[in-house]
Amino acid sequence: MRAAQMALPRMLATLLAGALFGFGLSYATMIRPEVVLSFLRFQDFGLMLVMGGAVLVVLLAYKLTPRLLARPLLDDHFHTHPSVWNRDTLVGAALFGVGWGLCGVCPGPAIAGLGAGNWSLLWALAGIALGALAQGLRAK
Amino acid sequence: MNLFLSLFPLGWQHYLLGGVFIGAGAALLFVLTGRIGGMSTVFSSTWSYVVQRPFFQQARFVDSRGWRLVYALGLILGALVWWLGFAGGQPEATAVPVWQLLVGGFFVGYGARLGNGCTSGHGICGLGSLQWPSLMAVLTFMATAFLTANLATRWLA
Repeated sequence: MRAAQMALPRMLATLLAGALFGFGLSYATMIRPEVVLSFLRFQDFGLMLVMGGAVLVVLLAYKLTPRLLARPLLDDHFHTHPSVWNRDTLVGAALFGVGWGLCGVCPGPAIAGLGAGNWSLLWALAGIALGALAQGLRAK
Repeated sequence: MNLFLSLFPLGWQHYLLGGVFIGAGAALLFVLTGRIGGMSTVFSSTWSYVVQRPFFQQARFVDSRGWRLVYALGLILGALVWWLGFAGGQPEATAVPVWQLLVGGFFVGYGARLGNGCTSGHGICGLGSLQWPSLMAVLTFMATAFLTANLATRWLA
């Protein structure tokens, strides 16, 4: 589906879904690197509840929706995104964790944090964008 | 109960409720458009607008770059609603040093894209679709993140 063919309702639906996601990240204070780092230092286990709550809702949606609906309400098919376990996934996940442990910011909060006026996160956002660029330039 | 509460010195309700909102966002995206809404791909797909190398011009990036940017814009709007409506509009700030944000961010971006997913892609969408490679990825990045954060506290503080 090309951007030009993206009908307005689908665009608004995507915007609304993103907004719910961003609201949740902020409400759960995941846009504060200090809160994420306090989890990684075993001082506050809140992140487990955030992740657990999110996974549970998504699990229900991914399992039940394709049984109840033949196709999504605004498009023609349900996507799947199979993940694979290989050397890239292992090395990538390990490097991701090193970066996450250093700055306490992952991709979602880096974007959402801007909506709450946390301009310092622009540094993390720039770092993530450059890291993604470097990964693409190094790929075959 | 006291043991449970001691795990959450800042309270637990906002974590659980926030997580449910996050999940509701990804769930709504799936129900309405059928898309799987991880967050890190936007950092590769957006480069496809300006970088002509074949890697960035893959269909999976070019075809999804439009909605991924809209999804990211939604993220900012949702945080703005929280900020103005629930947090009193006091600007958020962080004491994490700039170099840690930049260098840490670089590893986050490089690693998430090499490993095809981050805390939302593998963590929420991958676990939500019960994929064991995502579980392995989550366990891996949790382990290196615990290690890095604790070593950083010891060495950098």
